Amino acid sequence: MSALTGLLRKEVYHILRDRRTLAVIILMPIVQVVLFGYSIRTDVKNVRLAVVDPSPDNVTIELANRMTANGVFRNVATLRSPDDLEGLFASGAAQEAIVFENGFAERLARGLPARVSIITDATDPNTGSAMQSYAMAVIQDYEQRELASRPTGVRIIPQVRMRFNPTRESSNLFVPGLMAMVLTIISAMMTALSLTREKETGTMESLLVSPLRPWEIIVGKVLPYLLIGFVSVLAVIIEARLIFKVPVVGNVVLLLAEGVLFTLVSLALGILISARTSSQRVAMLTALVGTILPTLLLSGFIFPIESMPLALQVISNIVPARWFIFIARGIMLKGVGLAYLWRETLILLGMALVLLGVSTRSFHTRLD
Amino acid sequence: MRGTSEIVIHAKDLTRTFGSFIAVDHITFDVHAGEVFGFLGANGAGKTTAIRMLIGLLAPSSGEAFVAGHDVYTESELIKRDIGYMSQRFSLYDDLTVRENIRLYGGIYDLTGKEIRERTDRMLTRLGLEDAANDLVRSIPLGWKQKLAFSVALLHQPRIVFLDEPTGGVDPITRRQFWELIYETAAAGTTVLVTTHYMDEAEYCDNISIMVAGKIAAFGAPSELKKEYCVDSIDEVFVRLARPAENEAAQADA
Repeated sequence: MSALTGLLRKEVYHILRDRRTLAVIILMPIVQVVLFGYSIRTDVKNVRLAVVDPSPDNVTIELANRMTANGVFRNVATLRSPDDLEGLFASGAAQEAIVFENGFAERLARGLPARVSIITDATDPNTGSAMQSYAMAVIQDYEQRELASRPTGVRIIPQVRMRFNPTRESSNLFVPGLMAMVLTIISAMMTALSLTREKETGTMESLLVSPLRPWEIIVGKVLPYLLIGFVSVLAVIIEARLIFKVPVVGNVVLLLAEGVLFTLVSLALGILISARTSSQRVAMLTALVGTILPTLLLSGFIFPIESMPLALQVISNIVPARWFIFIARGIMLKGVGLAYLWRETLILLGMALVLLGVSTRSFHTRLD
Repeated sequence: MRGTSEIVIHAKDLTRTFGSFIAVDHITFDVHAGEVFGFLGANGAGKTTAIRMLIGLLAPSSGEAFVAGHDVYTESELIKRDIGYMSQRFSLYDDLTVRENIRLYGGIYDLTGKEIRERTDRMLTRLGLEDAANDLVRSIPLGWKQKLAFSVALLHQPRIVFLDEPTGGVDPITRRQFWELIYETAAAGTTVLVTTHYMDEAEYCDNISIMVAGKIAAFGAPSELKKEYCVDSIDEVFVRLARPAENEAAQADA
């Protein structure tokens, strides 16, 4: 019987016999897909729309109907004058209003510029701008088609198109981020906790005094978590597909391979954390602040990196999840392969090698 | 006296510093094969640091040391095969059964499946733990755990076994039984190096060293040390060595 097999079996016992940890490992990915899937929404639906139309006419009525045609807007009020808008916005009865000027259709017919105001509740700026751009798109679309049929000279009309996620489903975007999140928790935090526990109970000393090589101790420790991480990623992909119909456009095998690479980076971080801490509580906090929060906040998972201050953008470069999420989005949503993602893959690979090297070393000398 | 003339642990001017703090300060001693060697000292005197250097968990700052004939600087991998170690915290896995713990360590020390099974059965019989073989270690009494940890440290039949405060927290009767196990082990030819701060236990050792502030303040057979200091117990020797300043203060008060 080889020493490594024994170590692996021991680790499996640890995991299986610790009911709470087991529950966390199994339930966390499943629950998080549902939680994040329904809670992180950057797409807007059922926006409460008020229409102010002082001179109703076939043009304004058609425009108003188009607004509500695709389920994004729901007409809650049609008013003659904008005076009552204030109350509707204040009470939250309306989130957006389109206000046609008096004689809108008539001006259009005479070839004069016709004005329409779009007023948006921007309490939540992201939702606000999303609602606004939907409304703009509807009006521009109409304008373009009407103009095409008139010989009144050439006007350049901007076209707006949302690529790769044409329906702007935010669930498409959250799945890669969630995979990074789940992997970080399982690989970095669980590994750090499990290694620090052995330090706390003193069993680590016995392993270090034994003829086991440091790499054997590490492999015996991380291999089970690598496996669990792999299964969790599969579970997330399958669940996201079943519940939110999130596609994997590209190569699933490549996606899983990249997942393993990212898991290695996280495992190495977990080992590093455990080498620097001596209690499970500190290890837990360090993993939270050092790996999970950056994965949540600085990776582009929830907040776009482009809209961060420059300093944070620079810092985000050292967050492994940033690169993994980029890769996973590329594979899942764009269907691109290594030809486009080799740079990011190399970065992850580099991180994995450096961190595994450093963590093995720190493990070796941790008792000095 | 169980010891033979063969030296299995040799330390000369062995020193370990942490920054400006000298944890172990030029200690020199020899341990002979088959003896029970007591490593005594107050908490923080440097016992554990010294042991960690000998078993390869800590690199010495200077000096030399050989364990089972291997140099601690360059041959720690060889040392590891020849020694057993039981830490203060028993080093067993709480969430594994007695049998699983034994099998784990058997595997780590490259024993074959057959060897592991035979030695497990023999050990369980000797310790009277047959009925608890499939119980989680968490659920067995502290005294049993301690004996089990000791036996597991001996599973691969090492030449030397290091026991770091093995009797902390157990009752006097269990301590006594534990020392019987130590004697049996030494009688079978395994050298035992044991640290303790129970001075009555020191009386059971063939040779002892008393560490004070990183240095070996006294070294020899317990009977010789008592004679040398003209006292009746090692406890008194220890008090004289370890707390001279406190003693003087106490006398001044009186």
